[in-house]
Amino acid sequence: MAALEEEFTLSAVPLGAGPDGLLGVEQCDKTDQFLITDGGRTVILYKVSDQKPLGSWSVKQGQVITCPAVCNFQTGEYIVVHDSKVLRLWTNEDVNLDKVFKATLSAEVYRIHSIPGTEPLVLFKEGAVRGLEALLAEPQQKIETVISDEEVIKWTKFFMVFRHPALIFITEKHGNYFAYVQKFNSSVLSKYTLLLGQEENFVIQSFTASLDRKFISLLSLSSDGCIYETLIPIHPSDPEKNQQPRVVRSLLLKTVVSGNARNALSVLDQDHVAVLGPPLPASKECLSIWNTKFQTLQVSKELPQGTSGQLWYYGEHLFMLHGKILTVIPYKCEMSSLAGALGKLKHGQDSGTQTMPHFVNWETSQGYGLESKNSEPSKRILRRRTIEPSVQPEVPASQQLLSIIKKDSEKHIEIELRKFLATKRTPDFHTVIGDIAIGLLERCKTEPSFYPRNSLMQLIQMHVLSYSLCPGLMEVALEKTDIQMLQLCLQQFPDIPEAVTCACLKMFLSIGDDNLQEIDVNMESVSDYSDAVQDEKMEEQMGILQNGFNPEEDNCDNCDKELSKKPQKTVEETTSCPVIPKRAALLNAVLHSAYSESFLLPHLKDIPAQHITLFLQYLYFLYLKCNENATMTLPGIHPPTLNQIMDWICLLLDANFTVLVMIPEAKSLLLSLYKFVKSQICICSELNKIEVSFRELKKLNQEKNNRELYSIEVLELF
Amino acid sequence: MGEFKVHRVRFFNYVPSGIRCVAYNNQSNRLAVSRTDGTVEIYNLSANYFQEKFFPGHESRATEALCWAKGQRLFSAGLNGEIIEYDLQALDIKYSMDAFGGPIWSMAASPSGSQLLVGCEDGSVKLFQINPDKIQFERNFDRQKSRILSLSWHPSGTHIAAGSIDYISVFDIKSGSAVHKMLVDRQYMGVSKRKCIIWGVAFLSDGTVISVDSAGKVQFWDSATGTLVKTHLVANADVQSIAVSDQEDSFVVGTAEGTVFHFQLVSVTSNSSEKQWVRTKPFQHHTHDVRTVAHSPTALISGGTDTHLVIRPLMEKVEVKNYDAALRKITFPHRRLISCSKKRQLLLFQFSHHLDLWRLGSTVATGGKTSGKFLVPGKHGDTLPLSKDADHLLQLKTKGPENIICSCVSPCGSWIAYSTASRFFLRRLNYEHDNLSLHRVSKMPACLRSAVQIMFSEDSTKLFVASNQGSLHILRLLEGSFKHLHTFQAQSGTVESMCLLAVSPDGNWLAASGTSAGVHVYSVKRLKIFEYSIPDKQYTEWSRAIQKQGFHHHWLQRDTPITHIGFHPKRPAHILLHDAYMFCIIDKSLPLPNDKTLLYNPLPPTNESDVIRRRTAHAFKISKKYKPLLFMDLLDEGTLVAVERPLDDIIAQLPPPIKKKKFGT
Repeated sequence: MAALEEEFTLSAVPLGAGPDGLLGVEQCDKTDQFLITDGGRTVILYKVSDQKPLGSWSVKQGQVITCPAVCNFQTGEYIVVHDSKVLRLWTNEDVNLDKVFKATLSAEVYRIHSIPGTEPLVLFKEGAVRGLEALLAEPQQKIETVISDEEVIKWTKFFMVFRHPALIFITEKHGNYFAYVQKFNSSVLSKYTLLLGQEENFVIQSFTASLDRKFISLLSLSSDGCIYETLIPIHPSDPEKNQQPRVVRSLLLKTVVSGNARNALSVLDQDHVAVLGPPLPASKECLSIWNTKFQTLQVSKELPQGTSGQLWYYGEHLFMLHGKILTVIPYKCEMSSLAGALGKLKHGQDSGTQTMPHFVNWETSQGYGLESKNSEPSKRILRRRTIEPSVQPEVPASQQLLSIIKKDSEKHIEIELRKFLATKRTPDFHTVIGDIAIGLLERCKTEPSFYPRNSLMQLIQMHVLSYSLCPGLMEVALEKTDIQMLQLCLQQFPDIPEAVTCACLKMFLSIGDDNLQEIDVNMESVSDYSDAVQDEKMEEQMGILQNGFNPEEDNCDNCDKELSKKPQKTVEETTSCPVIPKRAALLNAVLHSAYSESFLLPHLKDIPAQHITLFLQYLYFLYLKCNENATMTLPGIHPPTLNQIMDWICLLLDANFTVLVMIPEAKSLLLSLYKFVKSQICICSELNKIEVSFRELKKLNQEKNNRELYSIEVLELF
Repeated sequence: MGEFKVHRVRFFNYVPSGIRCVAYNNQSNRLAVSRTDGTVEIYNLSANYFQEKFFPGHESRATEALCWAKGQRLFSAGLNGEIIEYDLQALDIKYSMDAFGGPIWSMAASPSGSQLLVGCEDGSVKLFQINPDKIQFERNFDRQKSRILSLSWHPSGTHIAAGSIDYISVFDIKSGSAVHKMLVDRQYMGVSKRKCIIWGVAFLSDGTVISVDSAGKVQFWDSATGTLVKTHLVANADVQSIAVSDQEDSFVVGTAEGTVFHFQLVSVTSNSSEKQWVRTKPFQHHTHDVRTVAHSPTALISGGTDTHLVIRPLMEKVEVKNYDAALRKITFPHRRLISCSKKRQLLLFQFSHHLDLWRLGSTVATGGKTSGKFLVPGKHGDTLPLSKDADHLLQLKTKGPENIICSCVSPCGSWIAYSTASRFFLRRLNYEHDNLSLHRVSKMPACLRSAVQIMFSEDSTKLFVASNQGSLHILRLLEGSFKHLHTFQAQSGTVESMCLLAVSPDGNWLAASGTSAGVHVYSVKRLKIFEYSIPDKQYTEWSRAIQKQGFHHHWLQRDTPITHIGFHPKRPAHILLHDAYMFCIIDKSLPLPNDKTLLYNPLPPTNESDVIRRRTAHAFKISKKYKPLLFMDLLDEGTLVAVERPLDDIIAQLPPPIKKKKFGT
C-alpha cells in the first residue's frame, strides 16, 4: 500500500515564489540534495533529510532566471540560464553568480535537462536540442528551428532508454498537441500528433511520463479532471513513410480532481500516480495517490493553504509548495498485488476507506465523531467561501481565552470558556484544556480571592483532564476545602498521587456532618443503600437492646456457636452505617481511586486514630453488606467492589496496627471483624471441599462422554 | 443442507511416535522432523506447516541426529551407526554408510555445508567430506574416553565443540586435536550426581560455548581460555536440547520437564553496547521431555516424547498480529492413514507395522423426520441405539523391520493393498456369511516394488499404484488374480514421486500430483498421457467465482491444512473437506458467504422463519463437533463416517512425565 508520511517543510521563510510558483526542483549529484529554483532570482541547494539549505545563489538585480538550475552529474557543476540566453556554470565553492563562468547563446533556451549517466542537454524554445559540451565549445553557433511558428513547448522530459538518452517534449498549437521524441543514439526526431478523443475542448493541464518497455507512457491530466494515457513508441516503426503518426490517448482514471483549479500530476511508479488538486470543485486542495491498476485511491492528504499546482517527485520525496512554503512529503509504496487488494494479504485495509469515491479526511476528524462523515463535504463547501479568512484566527482561540483568564472577572471567564468549549474539538484539545486549567490555577495562586470554581468544574467534566495535565488543581481544591471538586477529581483523574488521595481521605473523614449536609455530592455510588439505612434505623435500636444481653464471647474456638449466632449479629452490624450517606459517597470515591500500596502506606499513618476507626467501621459495614448476596456485590450504580474493600481493610490494618490495638474504641470493632473473617474462612473451606467434589463429578461426566469408542450420532448442518 | 447419520469412531488407537530431532532449513523454509520409529517428515513452513514429504521408518534405524547440508541435502544418523542421505525428490533413501564408530549420537554439518561431523559411541569424532553424489570419510579426531553426545561448529569452521560425559572438548579442525577440555560440575544442588551428560553444545562466533546438561544447567564457557563464564540453573531435570538463532542474539533450550526456555542477548542498560544473555521467556507446551528444539528466524520449534511438534512464533519478530503469530501444535500426520470401503462399511487403519480392518456397526432406529429422500431417525445431537457394534475383523501384520508406507482397501471391500519400502502386497478377502478368509495374491510383477500411494477405482476393477520412481502402474483385478495393464513412465529427466492420486468415478481418468505441485492427468482407456500444469488449464466457473469474491476472512484465518477432499456421490455440487479441527461441506449451488455473514454457526437457528434461514444460508457448512479429526468420508447419501483420535487417549499411552510438585497438591 502506498503511504504518505509526515510532511516537513524545507524553508520556514516563504520563498520568493512568483504567482507561478517555483521554477523547479532538481536532483543533485549527491543523494538527498536538491536544487530549488524559485520564480525570481534565487537558486537554493537543500539537504532534505537535514531540512536545511547548504547554499544559495542569486543573480543580479534586473536579471531573471528563466530555467531551473540543474546539476551536471558528470562534473558536479550547477547550470542555470537567466534572461533566456545567458548560461551560468558554477560549483559549490562559488559565492557570487556574477563571477562564475558565463556563456551567451544565440537562441532562447527552454530548459536544461540533466540526469545521471549522461551529459546535460539544452532544449531551445524552437525545439532544437544540443549537448552541453558541444554548445559550450561554440556558444554562438546557429540554432535551427524545429517546431512551427506558433507552436509552444508545453512540457518536456528526458529519459534514458536502454542506456541511450531520449528526450520527449510536448508542444501546443491552437489547441492541438504534438509530441516529439528525440533520440540521441540515432539522432532521429519523431513527431506524433496527440488525438484527444471526444473531449477536444478540454485543456491539458499537466503531463507526466514513464518508460514502459518499448513505449513511453505519457499521462496527461485534462481540465475535465480525468487522467489519460498515451503510449508513444520509442522506436518508430517506419519514420519515412508515415510522416506524422498519430497516437490516441485513452482514459486511465476518471474524475480524480475537479478540473478548474491548477492541478498537477506525477507518475510515482508503474501503478501509482500522485495527483495534486481539489477533489471536489469547491474543496481544499489535496495530494492524492491513486493506483491506476485497480483504480483505487490509496491515500490522500489535504493541503488547506493551497498549492501552486506544481509537483515534483524524486526518489521517495514529493515536493510541492504548500501556501508559500516548500513542503516535502516522503512517500512509500509497497508492491501492491491483487491479493492485497482483495484483503488476502496481511496488510489490513479498511474496506470502507477504499471504495469510497470521495474520501474522508482523517487528519481533521480523528474519530471525535462530532460531525457525521457524510455531512462533512457539504459543510466544507459552505464554509470555504465565507469563513475561510476566519480559519486562521481559530488556532489562537485558546490564546485569547488565556489572556482573558489573566485579567477578566470570574463570570466573564466562565462565559468565554463555555463559548470556547462549544466550538469544534481540535486534535490537541486535551492539551489546550490543560493549558487553560493551568492558566486558571496560576491566577488562583497569585490572587487569593480568585477561585473560578464553575470554570474548573466545567473543565474537569470534559473528561480529558488528568492530574499530570494540571498539577496543583487538587491542591487548590484541598486548600479551599472544595469537597465536590475533590470528589469529581477522584472520579475523573487516573493518575492521582497517593499523598493527594490520602489528603482527600483525611479531609473526607474529618469534615463535620453539618458542613457535609450543605454540600452537593454525587451520590451515585451509595444511592441504593441510603434508604436501607433509613429503613433499618428502627431495627438498630432493637439490635442494641438485644446486644446488651449477650455475654461477650472472647474465645472463637467454638465456631459452631459463633456461626449460629451470626445472623443476629450481622443484622445488628449492617443496620448501622457508621457514616452519613454523603460521607459514604466521598469515601467510595477514595476506594475507587488507583493507588500503589507501598506509596500509600506511609501517608495512611498520618490519619488520626479515631478517623481510622471510623473508616474501618465503614469498610466493615460495606464488607458485611457485600456478604448479603451471593454475587458479593453492593447495590448501586458504581459501588466499590469487594476486592477494593478488602484491600483497604488490609491497608488500614497494616498502616495503623499498633495504634488500633492500643485504642479502646477500636477493640470491639477489631474483634467483630476478626470473628466475621473467621466465620468466612470456615465457609470458604467448606466451599473448597464442595468444589473438589464437583470437579470430580465433572471429570467423570467428561470421561463418560469420551470413553465411548463407537457411536452413531445424528448431525444436522446449518 | 440436511441431516446425516454419523458413525463416530474412536477405536483407532493410533499413537504417533515421539519426536527425536528437528532440523530447520532457512533456505527453503522447511523443517525436517525425525521420529523415534525412524520416520522422517518434511514440513513446509511457508505452506501453512503442511507435511509435504515423508520417509517411512525402519525398526533398526533409530535416528539420533538430523541435519541439512549443502542447502537442500538432508542427512540423518542413528544408533545403528549409519549415516543416511535422503533423496527428497524420489522420496527414497539415497544411500546409507556405516561410520564404523558404533552408534552415532550426534552429527553436525559445517557452516559452509561441505563437511559433516559425527560423534560416535566409541568417543571418536569423524569428519566426512560431502561430495555431490556421496559422502567420503576424511579423518578421525583425537579419540575421547566416552561417547560424543553433541557437536557444534564454530561459524568460521575452524573449531568445533563436542559435548561428552562430564566434559566438553574444543577441537581444532586443522590438527584434529583437542585444544581445551572443559570439565562440567557434577554437583547438582549440593548433591553429587553420578554423571553429568552434556546433551547439547552451541559454539558462537565470539568464541562462547553454550552447553546444556543433565544437571539442569545452561552454562557459558569461554573457549579461548577454557573457563566457565556463567551458569543458569533452569530445571530440576535434564536440559536436553539447544538451538541458536542465525543472528546469535537468542537461543532456546528444552528440558525434560517439558519446558522450553528462551534466552536473549539483551543490553545491560538501555543504549549501552554491553550485552548479556538473559533468560527471558519460559514456555510450557509439552508434558514430556523436549528432546529437540530449533530456532527459525521468527519462531521457536520444539518436539519431544509427547509427539507434538510445537511452533511458537516470537511475538517481537512478527510484524502483524494474525494467525501466523498463533501457536501451532501438530500431532497427526497429514497423510492418510485410514481408508474406507463404502459398500461393505469397512475401515482399514494403518499402523506402523500392522493393518486393522473394522466393520462399522449399525442401528435399527427408525422414525424421525425425513430429510430429502432418505430417513434420518432422531434429531440433531442424538446418539442412536446400536443394534450391532463395530467388529474387529482382521489384523494384518507385516514381516520385517520396515514400516508400512501406505495402504488401501477397495471400495467393494474384497481387496487390500499395502506397501513397505521394499515390497508391495495385495490381499484378497472372501466373505462367506460371517466368516472371512484372506488369500495372498502372489507373483507381483517385478516392477511393483514399493508404492507411495495406492488407489482403487470406484468399481474395484482397477488398481493404481504410484511408485517412488515417478511411474504409475495400472493393474486389472479379476476374481483372485490380476493382470498388469500398463505403466506410465515418469517424465523423462524427472524422478519426482507422485504423492497424491485421484480417480474419476468412471475409472477412465487418473490424476496424480507430484512433489512439485504439478498435476498430471492420464487417460486410462487410451493409455495416453495428458499433462496439464495447473496454471495453464482453466479452473471451473465456481472456483473462478470464489477467487473473484475472495474467501471469508475466517476461512482464510484457519491455520490447519485441509487433509482430505471428497465428493457427494449423488449430489455433484457438494464437496466435503476436512482438516484436524473441523469439517465442511461446500454446496456450490448456494451463494458464497461474504465477510458480514457468520461463517460458522454451531447452533440450530431458533425462532427464525424460513425466509431468514434461506437468506442467511451460504455455501460453507461447517461443523467443529469432531476433533481431532483424522478421517471423514461419506458412506452413502446420508451417512458419514468420522474417525477421531482424542489427545487424552494418546497421552494415556505415553510413559508418565517427570513428576512435578504442583502448588496445593
